Amino acid sequence: MIRDTTIGAKLWATAVWVIVGFFLLNLFAMVATVIVSSFSTRWLRSWLPSGLTTNWYASAWAEFQLNQILVVTFQVAFTVVLISAILGVTAAYALARRDFPGKPIVMLLFLLPLMVPPITYGIPLATVLYQSGLGGTFWGVVLANLVPTVPFVILIMIPFIEQIDPKIEAAARVFGANTWKLFFYVLLPLLMPGILASLLIVLVRTLAMFELTFFVSGPSSQTLVVALYYAVFAAGVRAIQSIDAMAVIYMVTTLIWLLIALRFINPTQLVTRVKRG
Amino acid sequence: MNTTISLRQRLAARGIDGITLLLAPAVAFVLALFVYPFFYGLMLSFAPKTGGWLANYATFFSDSYLYDTIWTTLWVSVPVTLFNLVIAVPIAFRVRLMSNPRLLTGILVLPITLGTVLVAEGLLNYLGPQGWFNRTLLLFHIIDKPVRLVHNYWGVFASLLITGFPFTFLLTLSYVTGIDPALEQAAATLGARASQRFRTIFLPLLAPGLAITFCLSFVQAFSVFPSAVVLGDPAGSTRVISIAAYQAAFEQYDYPMASTIAMIMGFTQLAIVVLVLAARGFFYRGATSGGKG
Repeated sequence: MIRDTTIGAKLWATAVWVIVGFFLLNLFAMVATVIVSSFSTRWLRSWLPSGLTTNWYASAWAEFQLNQILVVTFQVAFTVVLISAILGVTAAYALARRDFPGKPIVMLLFLLPLMVPPITYGIPLATVLYQSGLGGTFWGVVLANLVPTVPFVILIMIPFIEQIDPKIEAAARVFGANTWKLFFYVLLPLLMPGILASLLIVLVRTLAMFELTFFVSGPSSQTLVVALYYAVFAAGVRAIQSIDAMAVIYMVTTLIWLLIALRFINPTQLVTRVKRG
Repeated sequence: MNTTISLRQRLAARGIDGITLLLAPAVAFVLALFVYPFFYGLMLSFAPKTGGWLANYATFFSDSYLYDTIWTTLWVSVPVTLFNLVIAVPIAFRVRLMSNPRLLTGILVLPITLGTVLVAEGLLNYLGPQGWFNRTLLLFHIIDKPVRLVHNYWGVFASLLITGFPFTFLLTLSYVTGIDPALEQAAATLGARASQRFRTIFLPLLAPGLAITFCLSFVQAFSVFPSAVVLGDPAGSTRVISIAAYQAAFEQYDYPMASTIAMIMGFTQLAIVVLVLAARGFFYRGATSGGKG
């Protein structure tokens, strides 16, 4: 690695770190604002709130019916994860192992949902789902959320599968493994890191997916992020601390999953892999 | 029997067999829930509640309250995407030199967990007239009275910066770390200074990756919605196109008009992406790693 020692290079490096520091400082201050507010009795026109309390968590829990919302959120998220795993991994395997006419078109088909903003296809999709009676239901929310996640799992898994030498599969075949045995005893263990990584990202994405859930959810199929939006949008009716308490619950929920995800993947290697000397 | 076997063999020779068929469920899924609704929406946009088949498009482009949402959206999304990219590149170059970039990368990626709604809510408190940001500036006498940073353009800009930067940074970092250090070392051996190495080695190699990063980040910024409502001025300076589409669909229940706006939104964004990717063609395209690959 090259280290520049000129004054200009040092100044430049310092400037970059100052920018990073400024960004992080503001980010943490913003998050801290929400956390402090969620524990404050009253916080007006001062640096710090006049007192601290944990009551807002209890009242947010009751007021926003968080029991039901959290149950729905995790039911939706885990159903999306399960279905996108089954559809995504099988499709990625076929795309990684076979060349066939029309393969570029199939690849384009899986790329498009990731290139078009959720709102563009979300509105026609919501219209179709409401016409078929699925709008406003649990399955409507699951189906809408699957549209970006299935292609996402496919695109993440293809390079993982390509890394596995086909000779390993051939060897298993020679020793008499059928397709199921091959899958469960050979492929699944080898693919596990990739599958876990992509599914954890799918989980975090689904928890955060606002637009698609917002368009198709009904009163009983709201996820946390949509409930949070309604709470902010109707601000004034509810105490701000109560909304902030809910926001903290949301943050902690997704943060746990992201930290687990970061244990499995190195985020810098999503696009290219170069071994550093 | 013979003919079916030979058909099967002929198909297998072209790569179509049982394994290829594993694709069928996922393809059927994307066709049913992405392609079909998309074309349904396209058809719906040509079937307005009143008037001829192009009436919705005519309404959109003649009503400045609707038409201007395109410019508003671009005015919000293009500067913030460029800004994110411009600060992501030098930071990625610094992180590349670190021996253990995992912690910093993790912290920079953290805002992904916050979600747009929480960021909007947090910024509302933090950047508001009584928030810590204004209080700090007042304390150090940088300003005399609180600056207005929310319920306007800057509120939305700040939220897109915080939610968009981690994603832009991650992509940029993976492109930057994908360039073989040997190329830079070779240039340094020949006496090229840091700025020269960046201009003549890295920039041409990075340009295609940066173009793709711009496109992907732009797609996210272009569909800005909750923060434009909560942090912005949704009736005026930040009335973005997604707000117009939402209002048509779920407030006026005019699904044909909502689909029209959604289609215009999709095509505008596609036009920008095509433009950027076409510009990418002017740059070097090829391996970014050394000979051994």
